Amino acid sequence: MLTMTRRQFMVGAAGLTFTVLARPVLSLGIDSRKINAWAAIDPDGTVYIVNPSVEMGQGSMTAVPRIVADEMDADWSRVVIVPAAPDDKIYGNPGFRNMMYTAGSATVTGYWDTARMFGAQVRRVMMMNAASTWNVPLAELTTEPGMVVHAASGRKIGYGDIARVVELPAEAPAIKPEELKKPSEYRYIGKDVMRVELPSKVDGSAKYAIDVQLPGMLYGAVLRSAVEGSAPTSIDDGSARAVPGVVRIVRMPFGVGVLAETPWAAFKARDALKVQWDRTARGYGHDSEKAVAVYSAAARDLSKPGKPWDSAGDAIAAMDKAAKIYEAEYACDYTYHAQMEPLNSVASVSASGDACEIWCGTQSQTMAVAAVAKALDIPVEKVKLNLMLLGGGFGRRGHRDEEFIVDSVLLSKEAKRPVKVLWTREDDVRNGRFRPLSVHFLRAGVDADGRIVAWRHRVACDEITAFQDPVRYKGGGEKDFLAMAGSELRTYDIPNRLSEQLPQVTGMRTSSLRGIGFGPNKFATEAFLDEIASMRGIDPIELRLQLLKDTPRGQAVVREVARMSDFHHPRKGRGLGFAFVDYSGTMVAAVAEVSVDKARGEVTVHDFWCVLDCGIAVHPDNVVAQTESSIIYGLGLALTERITFRDGQVQQSNFYDYKVPRMRDIPELHIKLLQTPNKPTGAGQMATPLVAPAIASAVAAATRVRLRHTPYISERVKQALA
Amino acid sequence: MAIDFTVNGRPVSVKAPAETRLLWVLREELKLTGTRFGCGAGQCGACMVHIDGERMFSCLMPVSEVAGRKVTTIEGLSPGRLNALQRAWIAESVPQCGYCQSGQLMSAAVLLATNPHPTREQIKEHMNAHICRCGTYPRIVRAIERAAKEA
Repeated sequence: MLTMTRRQFMVGAAGLTFTVLARPVLSLGIDSRKINAWAAIDPDGTVYIVNPSVEMGQGSMTAVPRIVADEMDADWSRVVIVPAAPDDKIYGNPGFRNMMYTAGSATVTGYWDTARMFGAQVRRVMMMNAASTWNVPLAELTTEPGMVVHAASGRKIGYGDIARVVELPAEAPAIKPEELKKPSEYRYIGKDVMRVELPSKVDGSAKYAIDVQLPGMLYGAVLRSAVEGSAPTSIDDGSARAVPGVVRIVRMPFGVGVLAETPWAAFKARDALKVQWDRTARGYGHDSEKAVAVYSAAARDLSKPGKPWDSAGDAIAAMDKAAKIYEAEYACDYTYHAQMEPLNSVASVSASGDACEIWCGTQSQTMAVAAVAKALDIPVEKVKLNLMLLGGGFGRRGHRDEEFIVDSVLLSKEAKRPVKVLWTREDDVRNGRFRPLSVHFLRAGVDADGRIVAWRHRVACDEITAFQDPVRYKGGGEKDFLAMAGSELRTYDIPNRLSEQLPQVTGMRTSSLRGIGFGPNKFATEAFLDEIASMRGIDPIELRLQLLKDTPRGQAVVREVARMSDFHHPRKGRGLGFAFVDYSGTMVAAVAEVSVDKARGEVTVHDFWCVLDCGIAVHPDNVVAQTESSIIYGLGLALTERITFRDGQVQQSNFYDYKVPRMRDIPELHIKLLQTPNKPTGAGQMATPLVAPAIASAVAAATRVRLRHTPYISERVKQALA
Repeated sequence: MAIDFTVNGRPVSVKAPAETRLLWVLREELKLTGTRFGCGAGQCGACMVHIDGERMFSCLMPVSEVAGRKVTTIEGLSPGRLNALQRAWIAESVPQCGYCQSGQLMSAAVLLATNPHPTREQIKEHMNAHICRCGTYPRIVRAIERAAKEA
C-alpha cells in the first residue's frame, strides 16, 4: 500500500493523472493499482515514472521513461521506474489500439506523444508553483534537471521542494505541441544511457517469473494434448502417483496436470503418465511436408479470389494489359520463437477461489489479467498482476488465452496453494505456437517501358490472428494482419496492387513471431524484385531507387547500404544480395555477402550490412543492439530453423533438432543508423524480414540459382544447385 | 540421504533423490536463481556453473555427483562487487532479455582463467556452447576482449 496522502488531478482528455506525493513514499509497487499516474515526485526529490510496457530485452523500460523524464526535465539519476497498473484506459498504447501490449516494435513510437505531453505537464506544474511562490512571471522561469530556475534573481528550487508545498491547478495545464522541446533541447532523447535493469542481468539478481518462490508453493507440470483441441479419453496415472514427491494428478480440459513438491518430481511424474487422447481435433492428419503442395495449388489457382489485404488501382486489369508478366513462387516453413526462458507462471488463488495473484512474463498485462479472471470467473479487479522481466518474448507471450498463465491458475485453484508451473523446453517446442507455413505466388506485370505496373501477391498460409486473438480478429474486420502485414507495398511506386490471403484451416497452433507477416512476405516480395531485376538485366539497387522515387528516406538508406557494402564491386567466390523494407515507417536496407559450398549444400554468410532510419533514435546504441538482434534472429529463420508436423504433431523437441544461431554462425555485422528528425518509428524487429531475401539474392548472385524455400537447409540447397 | 558439497564457499547439505539435477537444487532449494533453466539438455548453457573450477551444465549434473565438490554460481562469481567481465558486460550493453547471461558470464570466466588473452576465434569456439536468442553474440565477443584488455 502507498501510505501517504496524495493529491491527484486529471490530465488531458485521455483521463490520465499524475500524482504529487506529499509525504515520503514508504513503498511502491506492492499494490500497483494505487499508482494511477505517469509520474510522481517525492519531497526527497525522487521522481517515479511509470513504464507502461513490458521489458523483454528490447529496452523500452528505459526508453519510455527517458522520454517522460526529458520533457519534464527530471534528474535522471533520481528517477525510479514503476510498472504501470494493468489498465488499458490509462496506459493503453495509443499506437497499438490503446492496448497495453508490448509488440510490433510499437512502444516508443506509440507512446511518444503521450509520454512527452505528460512530462511537459509535470514540468509546467512545477514552474507554475515556483512562479507563484516567488511571485514572478512564468515566462521568466526555466528548468534544469530536477529544478526550476529563475535566472533574473538567481533563484533555484528543486522539484522535491516544490512537491512539499505544491498547489495543483484545477485543470491540467494545456501544452501546445509547439511548446514541447525541440530536438536540439533534448537532454536524454538521442543520448546513450545504461539500460536500467542491466546490472541485475550480470550478477544473477534479475527476476523472471521462473525465479519466483512463495511459501508453501507446489510445482506443476502439464501434459498438454499434442494437437490443439484434443482431450484425454483415458488416463493411467499409476506410475506417476508412485513418484516420490507427487501430490496430485489433476485432469485439465486440454491435458493432465501434475502437482509435486519439487520440479524434478513433477517432470518425472508427468513423463510417467499414460494418456489416450481423442482424435476429433482438426489438426490430426496435418503433414507439413505434404501441405506445401496443397498451399501452392491454392496460391496458384487464380480462379479462386483470396481474402484481400492490400489493394490499389486495379491489379487484375492492369496485369491483363501488361507487356510482360513475371511469376514466381516462394515458401516459408513453420518456425518457433525459442525465447530462452521456457514458459512458466506462478499463481496463488485464494482458498475460496474468489481472488488470485499471478507472477508472470506476458507481453500484455491487461490480457493476462483478463484471461485469469475469465478462467476463475471473477472480476479483473480481483486479479493482482506481478509483472516480471521476460526471458524473451518474440510474439509468443501475447495470446488472448495466455494459456501458460492459466495453467498455473487452474492448478493453484485445485491445490489451494501457490503453484509454479514450469514448461520444459520440450513442452515449449511441442506446445509451441508457430509462425505458419506459407506459400507465396507472385505475379508482376511490366509495361513496354519496363516499369512494373501490376503486382499480385497471393499468400496461402495457416491463419494466425483468428487463433491468437479472436477478439481482435472479430473486432478488426476478420483481417489476418499477423499473417498479411508486409505484403502491402505502399512505399513502392507500383500503381496497381493486390495482396490476398488464401487461409488454410489446419488446426495448427499459430502465432505472431518477430516481424510477423513481414518475415515471409518480404522474403517473397524482395526476392521476386531481385529476380525481376535480374531478368530485365538491371541493377537491383537501381530498381529499388526507381520504386522509391517518392520516398527520399527510403532512397537514402538504399544508397548508403550500397556504398557501405561496396555493392557494385564483385568479390571472387562470393555473392552479394540486397533487400529493402519500409517497416511501419522505419526504412531499412540490407546487403548480405555469402559463399556457397556446393558439395555440402551450405550457405555461409560472411558479412551483413544494414542501414536503418527510424527517425529520432531515443536510445541510439539500443537501436543498434536491436538491429544486431533482429538480423541474427532473421539469420536463423533463413538458414536453419524449421518446425515440421506429422499427423498434426510437432516433430522437434529441443535445441538439438531446432537449430538456432550460435556464436560461430554470426557474420560480421556492419550497422549504421541514419538519424533523421522525424517522429520515432519502430526498431525492435525491423531487420529480421530482410535477412532471408538478402541471402537468397546473394546466393543467386554467387550461383545463378534461386533459393525459394526457407530455411535454406542443406538438402534444399543441394537440390536447387543440382 | 543427504548430499554435502560447497556452494559459493558455503557448505551445504541437501536431501534430494540422487539423480535430481544440480540446477533444480541450486534454484529451488538453495534459492540461487541466477543459474537459469533453458533446455535441460546441455544445449544452451543458461545453467552453466563452475564445479571445482571447470564449467559444467548444471541441468545435466546429478546432484549426487557433486558430493564433496566446490560449486560456484553467478552469485558467487564476484560477490559484493562486479568483476572485470561483469563490468565489461555493462560497458558493452551486452544483455538484452538477460536470461542466458549468467551462463555466458560463467563460461567467459573459465575462458579468461585458462587463457587470459584469447583470440577472437578462441572466444567464438569457447562460447559456442551457449545460445543467446536475443543475438548478443557480437557484444559478448567485445565484452570478453575488453575484460581481457583491462585485466
